Parts: sequence; structure tokens; C-alpha cells
Amino acid sequence: MAFSLPAFSYVVALIVDAILIFFAIFHVIAFDELKTEFKNPIDHCNSLNPLVLPEYGIHIFINLLFLITGEWMSLILNVPLIAYHINRYRNRPVMARTGLYDPTSIMNLHDLNTCQREGWVKLAFYLLSFFYYLYGMISSLIH
Amino acid sequence: MNQKDDLLPNESNFVGGESFHPGKNCTVYNEIVTESKCLNSVESLSNISGSIYKSDRSIFSSGEPVLSNNGSISNRGNLLYNTRPVLNNSGNILNISRPILNSNKPLVNIKEILLNSGEPLLNNHKPTNSDILILNNSGNVLNSGPILKRSDATDALSQQFQNVNLSGRISSFEHKTEYSTNSIPPRISQVNSTTNRLLDMKSPNYTNFNFYNNVVDQPNMSVTKAGFNKIWGMDSVDLLQCRNVLPFEKVSPPRIKLHQDLLDRVNCSSEIFRCTLTKIPDSNSLLQKSRLPLGILIHPFKDLNSISTIQSNTIVRCRLCRTYINPFVYFVDSKRWKCNLCYKVNELPEEFLFDPATKSYGDPSRRPEIRTSTIEFIAPSEYMLRPPQPAVYLFIFDVSRLAVESGYLSIVCNIISEEMSRLPGDSRTQIGFLAVNSAIHFFSMQDNVSQPHQLIMLDVDDIFLPCPENLIVNLKEREELLKDLLSQLPNMFKDNNDTNCALGAALQAALKLMSPTGGRITVFQLCLPNIGPGALQAREDPNTRSGKDIPYLNPATDFYKRLALDCSGQQIAVDLFLMNCQYSDLATLSGICKFSGGSIHYLPLFQASKIHHIEILEKILRRYLTRRIGFEAVMRIRCTRGLTIHTYHGNFFVRSTDLLSLPNINPDAGFGMQVSIEENLSDMQNVAFQVALLYTSSTGERRIRVHTLCLPISSNLSDILYSADQQCIIGLLAKMAVDKSVQSSLSDARDALINAAVDVLSSYKLLQSYPGSGLVAPQNLKLLPVYIIALLKCRAFRFGVNTRLDDRVYIMCQLKSLPLTQLIQLIYPDLYPVHIYVTKIITEIDGQLNPHPERLHLSAEKLDSRGAFLLDAGDQMFLYIGKNIHPSFYYNIFGIDTFTAIPEEMYELPELATPESQRLRTFIASLQEKKPYFATLQIIRDDSCFRTQFTERLIEDRFENALSYYEFLQHIKSQIK
Repeated sequence: MAFSLPAFSYVVALIVDAILIFFAIFHVIAFDELKTEFKNPIDHCNSLNPLVLPEYGIHIFINLLFLITGEWMSLILNVPLIAYHINRYRNRPVMARTGLYDPTSIMNLHDLNTCQREGWVKLAFYLLSFFYYLYGMISSLIH
Repeated sequence: MNQKDDLLPNESNFVGGESFHPGKNCTVYNEIVTESKCLNSVESLSNISGSIYKSDRSIFSSGEPVLSNNGSISNRGNLLYNTRPVLNNSGNILNISRPILNSNKPLVNIKEILLNSGEPLLNNHKPTNSDILILNNSGNVLNSGPILKRSDATDALSQQFQNVNLSGRISSFEHKTEYSTNSIPPRISQVNSTTNRLLDMKSPNYTNFNFYNNVVDQPNMSVTKAGFNKIWGMDSVDLLQCRNVLPFEKVSPPRIKLHQDLLDRVNCSSEIFRCTLTKIPDSNSLLQKSRLPLGILIHPFKDLNSISTIQSNTIVRCRLCRTYINPFVYFVDSKRWKCNLCYKVNELPEEFLFDPATKSYGDPSRRPEIRTSTIEFIAPSEYMLRPPQPAVYLFIFDVSRLAVESGYLSIVCNIISEEMSRLPGDSRTQIGFLAVNSAIHFFSMQDNVSQPHQLIMLDVDDIFLPCPENLIVNLKEREELLKDLLSQLPNMFKDNNDTNCALGAALQAALKLMSPTGGRITVFQLCLPNIGPGALQAREDPNTRSGKDIPYLNPATDFYKRLALDCSGQQIAVDLFLMNCQYSDLATLSGICKFSGGSIHYLPLFQASKIHHIEILEKILRRYLTRRIGFEAVMRIRCTRGLTIHTYHGNFFVRSTDLLSLPNINPDAGFGMQVSIEENLSDMQNVAFQVALLYTSSTGERRIRVHTLCLPISSNLSDILYSADQQCIIGLLAKMAVDKSVQSSLSDARDALINAAVDVLSSYKLLQSYPGSGLVAPQNLKLLPVYIIALLKCRAFRFGVNTRLDDRVYIMCQLKSLPLTQLIQLIYPDLYPVHIYVTKIITEIDGQLNPHPERLHLSAEKLDSRGAFLLDAGDQMFLYIGKNIHPSFYYNIFGIDTFTAIPEEMYELPELATPESQRLRTFIASLQEKKPYFATLQIIRDDSCFRTQFTERLIEDRFENALSYYEFLQHIKSQIK
């Protein structure tokens, strides 16, 4: 049992993943508030938009760690999400600032539902990967 | 064409009114024909059918007319009928002179020849009187010369043609013809027929004019069934055979039939509130099956002559969903009512039982809230977040070099100065002016000075207000100073050579200026804003204007959108007058209006040296300045539980799922909403939509205008298809297509439009028990394909024709925000043959001209070189003068002796004392009256260089490489599986 580089990457991944789970929960709650008219769309977008790039960034960061340490399995599991993120950001509405959400189109029920579903799916994904990283950490510590 | 259906008349049998197959070329039965009448008509038919082969001359008519017409059949030797193979009048007349076998010619060829030969066809008509049999007004035959032979390319199609003028009233589906021996020689003649009237054969007309009549029937449908279907509003039209689908006058929306008569009468007017389906499907799967879009279109702030206004302390609303009480609620007893949107039972307040009109007590159903579905409340103080704002107007003038050169400033300043006292408002009304080039010019009007003081801000990157007050001043107190300023403004910038314009910075300054109160900013823009914040670049490449893929429909920057949202938050709306002479990136600039609830006015290539430009600007601006306005408005749309509104169209900002924020509301703004069915509605009878518009009137009153629309639910697919509202569907589809072309691409939007037509017609085909080979559409959707192709050919969606990007974007903005009637006129203009009309005697009844000229299809086939045609395209009107028109026409209308003396550019009708001139002017004035904005009239001679302006609007013809209407129908038919 030795504290190796893969084990380190999994420890970092676990911490980052916990942060990502918080992001996802925040996302889901924010959209729920928007739907139930607790918040107006401009405030909503102002609060969510600054979080988009940090979320994508730290997700890519743990995958870079997996790449360096050669944890191919974990990397492959995350590649679809990275691709989705890149694609999503490329197709964002025209905006001068960073972020994804445009207050004029977010209230469109179709967009609203898509965003809400996206939040739930991501939350599930991060939760599952949290347990996978836990398993990965333990197994790399054992070997 | 289904040849089997074309039974020869003498083969047609008739058993008990069931299995008679009239055949496409034969008779047309529109009316309910009782059995005995049918039998009679069959007798007469068989008489006639015998004569077809012998003499090639016979007359057919349907149903009742035939009954009384046996006498006139004996006249048949005198009466010749058209050889036109297929097409007949909508009801009664049947034109056959060839053996019917010949008439089975493929329709395609005929149509193509006709359509492609648009021009030749026009000129084919001999203008000589001798060719044509002339009738006098009483309809007696004056002269029955030989039948004309045509000697042109279309000869094969129509050798002889004769119209029968059926006396009696004109029903809405028929066409009227009159030939008169007035000063104007024969022009187009048409068939006048009535469905219920007796045939009166004393007035036959002979012309060689091509004219298609209607076949409004299904080939293999029995007479009785057709008759009953018509009563139930369930008859259908074979579009491939029925050429004249356009009704005689305007297209009326389908009536909403609720289960109670009483409620039908109180339902919201179709001019204000329209739903694409007048019967709502009870489940989403049924809606999918019908393949129709579900949505509502609303014109909430329409100018109304009378509206009941109520002032009371308590406005009765549902406690749960906040619905306003309306005529469609259910009174459980005299103390409680059940909300028709969420079904909660509410208490009635005591004072609601008192009827203010009759001063009686006890019956809640006599209250005005229950008696009308459009009502206005004067709101008590709980509907105000702050004291009602005063009317505040700010004008931003572009004074860059291009703008000064165009000379608009003095015109605009003059008009504002003249109309200043008529601006809606009270004693608190405030007004201010800004001018912008590369610097921003503020005008300070202090209390005790004699001259307005100009403050110039050169640094446009960081905007601040040069002085805290006196930039926006009270209109009443400083009127002299304001007028002084407006008279000086044009001279102030006369020698300006600054080519830049910092519109973005000026808007930021305006926002700062207005944010304490809110109000309206009016921007006059003539060039591309090219410096400071929100600077834009010329993106358009003129070479790609006619290409397949149109780029740059999206904004280049979100600066204007974000600014609009800031404005919206401060209750400021921005209206744009774009009078550009070069590309101005309306796609980006329009963001400032779209999201702040503003409006866009577009006058491209404006030059003050052109008188008609001045005239348009003046008329538009006067109306704009004096029209009603509502400030700090919000609009909320509620609908019955189970329905959800999912997409909104129009100029506003969506603040929450059902709340639209509209800093200003104007009477020319229309809105659209797409609706989806989330839950099963089968346990309900009706659904309701309620729109509540809360605004501050210009006199500082807080008011709520409520419109409620109630619609029945149906579980039957055919009911739903037959209840669809074609114009409303087009209105909604146009808005959806604009969204699609911005989000994905123009070709996707075009495909979606075509698919919409294919979907509807194929779902109708599935519904039919015996689908024929034609393209059958329900009566209420028969105009759908015409409107779809009109949309595809309108400037917003057309391909292959050179269209400036700004023009395209402007039409897109209009499609999103125009009220329905104007939207329909924009895409499918009205064409009237005025040369016939001016010879008639016009009377005015209740503000309606009588007779109203018939509308023609937009096809060169309907034109006549001996005629004059008025095309009313909403904001523009064209009077097209045919080459061979009788000299008396232009003598009487223009006071000119020769055709070539009609000027190339003519924008006004001279006011002559002749009856023709007076009638034409009365007619045009009556059209103008119905428009919110004045339309320009352009007179186009047949050989004028402006001719394409007229011909490109004949959208049913092949133009450049776009399909003709008939080819489009063929395309749809091939797509329907």
C-alpha cells in the first residue's frame, strides 16, 4: 500500500467532484426558482453565468490529472461530458460576457426544461462518478 | 386528375340521392339539395347531357337553380360555354362545350402555359369593342356576334368563352361580372352566380377572357352528403382543380361555437384574440394527429371604439390563480363562483351583487364583468409599485453627415413641433432631445433663459450626464423653448462633416436620463453606428444577397440586447425609425426595440428631395406621435389548467413563465404564443385563455385591460381539422419560421413551412374515407397553401431574389410583431380590378362601401391589359394601368390624353371631378381608413421601370426560380404519402 500518483489524482478528483456536485445542485435549485417565479431571468443569468466556465475548467483539470497518471478508464468515462461541454459553449447565444444563459431566451419553456434536465443529469453523473473515484482511490491505494 | 371520376353526364345515375357522381367537369353541388330537388335536377341534367354531344352547347347548374331553369335550358342554343376543361364556378355554372373526354387533358400543362405566359396573356386581349359582345347595365343582350376565336398560344385552351350573368345577390364565394357600355370599354368579365338564386338567363356575356371558375366539391361525394357537410361546415375543396379559392371579400375567421348560445355572443372579438384552432383537442396525442400548430395571437391594445371601463375598489379575482372574473365562470350560487381556469370555488364579495348600470341588487350575472369578455378596470393603488409615471418622451436624432445630407431632420423637427401639443399626456408630460454624431449633443433648457443651451460630450466611451436637470423638461412649461430648439436644430448641423455615429453611447446617455421615470425613447437613425460602445461593422456582402444561404440574420453583438434589458428594467421602451441609405445592421439594432417593447419603422433610402418619401414619413410620424400609449406595462397570459404556453413571439421581455414586461404598449403591437397540451382535457367542456394588460395610461391612470377567450374542447379529429383558423395558423407559422431562420437557417425555415402545409393536408387525407387522387383540403384550410407560398415568397424568406439584408430582417421583425390582419395583408396583398369598379355606383352603408370590389388571386392570369388593378400590400399600394386600357379611363382618372403621358413616377391621384376619379379615390380612402399607418400609392404604367414592384407581388406565378402556386401544389401532393 503506497500513496502513488494515481491515488493522488483520485483524491483531487474526489474533492473537485464534490465541488461539481454543489455546482449541479445550485444549478437545479436556480432553475427551479426561476420556474416558480422566485427570481427574475436577468438575476438568474447573472448568478449562473459566472459559474459556467469554472465548472467546465475544474472538470477538465481532473481529466488532465487522469491523463497524466494514465487512468484511462476514468478518462474515457469523462470524455463524452467534456465533448458536450465544448459543444454547448460553442453554440451559446451571442454574448459579450462569459456564460451560457441568455435572459431573453431562457424563459422559453423548451430551453427551460432542457436546462433543468441537464442539471439533473449532471448531478446524477457527478454523484456516480464520486463513488467511482472513491473506488478508484481505494483500489489504487491498495495496489 | 382522376379520370374515373369524370363520368360523362349521360352516364351519371342517380339512385335515391346517394350515388350520383357529378364528375369534376359537370355539375357542382354546393347547396343542400333535398331528395326531391335532386331528382328534379337529375331529370334536367339528363336532358342537358343529351345535348352536350349534339350541340356542344348546354348549360348546367346545380341544385335549386336548375329546378327553375328548365325554361332557360331551351335557350341553350344561344349559350356557349367555355372549353375550359376542369374549372367551374363555385357553385352553379358549368362550362362545357367540348366532349368531356377532351377535358381530361392534364391540368398541369394548361396551368403552366397560363402562368408562364403571364405577359403575353395580358396583351392577348383585343381592346376593340367589336370583338366583344356588350351588355348594357340592365343585362340585356345588345349584340350577339360570333364567338371569338383566339389566335394566340393559349388558343388551344380556350376557344370560346361565355359568361352567364346570373341575376340575384352575390354570395361570398362567387364572382361578379358586369359589362357596361359606359365610357370604358369591356374589361375582364366574370361570372356572377348565386347559389340560392334562380338562374336568370337573360344576360349572357361573351368575351374571350380566360376565366377559371370554382369547383367546390369532391368528385365522388354524393350530393346529399355534400349538402349536409356544407351545413356542418365540413365540405372540402380539391385544390388542384379549384383555382379560385379566394373568397369574394375578406376571409372571415371561423366562428367559435361554445355549447351555450349566450356565451358565444360574449366571446372575445376575433380582431383581438385568435386561436389557431377554434376547437381544442382534448389530448396532446390528438393534437399531434391533427398536425396543426396550437397557439394564440393577440392584439391586446387595439384601438377600440368602445370598451366598458369599471372603477371599483375590489377587482374580483380567483384567489388561487389570480384570474379576473369573466363571462365564462360558473356561479355555484349567488355567493360563490368557480374559476374557469383552475376550478377553485371563490367567494363573491358583497358589492359584486350590485349592478351599477341598473342599480339593482342580487344577480351577479348582470355585472359588466360577466357580460363582456373585453373589459378595462381602473386599478386601485395595490396595482402600483410606484405612483403612475408621467409621459416622458425623448428623441435621439442622428446628425452624422449621411443623415444631414438626406435632409430628414427639418421634416421630423417640423412635425414634432406641430404635433407637440397632441402628444398623449397630461400636465406632467416631459420631453427632451439628443443629437448624436461622433459626439453627443445635449440640449439644456433652463427656466429663465431665452435660448436652449447645447452641451457637447466628446468622450463617448464613458457616458455621464453633463447636468442633472433641464435636459428633459416639462412640455407645457417650456413649450416656447422647445419649439425654438426644434426650429434651430436642422440649421445647427447643416455644415456638419462628421461621418461617425455613436448611437450606443447616446442610448446609454438616454437610459441614464430617463431611468428615474421611464418613458419612450425615439431614435431616428440613418447610418451604421460605427464608434463608441456598440459600434458595428458592415457585415453584409452584396454578392450573397440572392444566395441560398443567408448569413448574418443574428445580431453581431449583444450590446443592444443588454441595453434593452436595462431599459426594460427602468420602464423605458426604444422605438427605432431607420431611414438608412446603406447597410445599417438592423439585425443587431433591432435588439434594442425587440426586448424593450418598442416598435420599428423602416423607410429605406430616405431622401427629403423626393416628395413621396416626405409624405410617408409625415404620415407615419404623425400617427406615431399621437397614437395611444401605455407606460410601465406588464401583460400576463393565463390559461386553463392542462394547457401551457411555451413560446412567446413579439417585442417584449419575458419576466417569468407567464408575465411579459412591456415598458410601453402601443396599439399596433401584436403578440403570439405557442400553446402545448400537457394534461388530458377530456373531462372539461371548455378551455379559456385570459390576457390581462396592466398599464399606466398617458393621463397617469393605472388600468387593467382584460381579454378572455373561451374555446370548446373536442375529441374528434375531423372536428378539429374543420375548426382550424387558416389565417391564424399562418400568423403563428410565420412567427415560428422567423425564429427558426434565426436559430438555424433560412432553408430550414422554408422547409418547415412547406412541411406544415404537407402535414395538415396529409392528416386530412388520412381522415377521409375515400381519398381521391386530387389534393383535397377542408373548406376552412383551403387558403393555407396559398398563404404558405406567399410566405415563402415574401421578402423575409425568399431565395434567389436580390434582397437587401436589412429589408429581410425588417420583414422578419414585422412578422413577429404585426397584428394578424396586417400580417396577412403583408404576405398576401389584396388585388382589386378597379377599372370595373369605377364604373359602378357606389353607396356607403355604415362606413362600408357597397359594392365592394371583388378580390383577385395574385396571378398574372387575372390581369388584363385593358384593365387597371389596385394592389393593396399593407404599407404600400400600387395602381397598375394596363397597356390597352381605354383612353377614357386615364382621361377620367388622371386627366391625361395619352397612355404614355402617365408619368413614370406618380404617387398621387389627381382630384378630378369625374365620377370615376371620385369613386376610385373614395375606394382608396376607404382602404386607407382601415390601416393604422398611411399607405403610399404608386401608379405603375404597364411599360414602366417600376413594373417589377408590382409583378413580384403576383406570388402565385413563377417568379425568377421560385415555384408557382400550381407547381407548389404538385410538390405538396407528391410529398403527401
